Amino acid sequence: MAKTQVNPTRMELTRLKRKLVTATRGHKLLKDKRDELMRQFLDMVRDNMALRLRVEEGIKAANTNFVIAKASMSEETLHTALMAPKQEVYLEASTKNVMSVDIPEFDYRTRTADTNDIYSYGFAFTSGDLDDAVKSLADILPKMLELAQKEKACQLLSSEIEKTRRRVNALEHVIIPETQENIKYITMKLDENERSSQIRLLKVKDMMLEKAHHYQEKEVSW
Amino acid sequence: MYKVAVIGGYDSIYGFAALGLDTYPVENSAEGVKIFRQLADGGYGVIYITEALAGELSAELEKYKEQYLPAVIQIPGVSGNTGAGIAGVKKSVEQAIGSDIIFGEQ
Repeated sequence: MAKTQVNPTRMELTRLKRKLVTATRGHKLLKDKRDELMRQFLDMVRDNMALRLRVEEGIKAANTNFVIAKASMSEETLHTALMAPKQEVYLEASTKNVMSVDIPEFDYRTRTADTNDIYSYGFAFTSGDLDDAVKSLADILPKMLELAQKEKACQLLSSEIEKTRRRVNALEHVIIPETQENIKYITMKLDENERSSQIRLLKVKDMMLEKAHHYQEKEVSW
Repeated sequence: MYKVAVIGGYDSIYGFAALGLDTYPVENSAEGVKIFRQLADGGYGVIYITEALAGELSAELEKYKEQYLPAVIQIPGVSGNTGAGIAGVKKSVEQAIGSDIIFGEQ
């Protein structure tokens, strides 16, 4: 018995059959999409993890350097030294389409090309440790931006995979079986109707013949 | 054209100012939420946030996870690594696959 109420009509049957074809096709396509997304995701997430470990290590080292730098100079001097940065970082984001998921790709530009512009202070009042600290942080910056791109891609892909997986499962375990069930129900109901009208016709034919020829009476008179 | 922001405790982020990133030092989570919202809608492509602050703003961060931009990336602060960034990567694996079969044993 069908779970939902369906009208056992030919029109409904045609509609359901069409729906089943679409659902099966959609299911196949979505399954392929899921598999491909998964493949891309697995590659990307491995890179992401490796990159993250590297960046975290780099930042940790840089932080240590900053602590050392801070120890050898007064807080005010440090604040003043970093107060007015010379350098600026701009990002250009282009879109890359991975299985219809838009993921950003970053391309970064600095305001000035001079790599020494990260030192935004005169060297007279600051310790050399600060230079080291800033340098170590500057070295890790390209990796940080790469990490941002990879990690964002992973986040977007993983949510898309989750959505696709749900759709695949819904089609596979709910929509398709339900439609098949309904098609079966309608087919059986229509067949049943056909048989019953056939029988009705046979019966009527019998009755009409009986009326015309009075078979039963003749049988009795024999 | 996007800019890059760093948000977190002052001691953890002041160095990034020298590189030309916009730093936004915050002292408590209420202030953090306010500034983070401003940044997220303020034309920033990437927002780096210290793990300590991210832990307090997890609900806010979740909102931007599925958005194209900004990319909100956790970085360790000066007080050490809480492992939240790595946990985030593992979480996305879990979301995609169902269980973490890649980094599970690490």
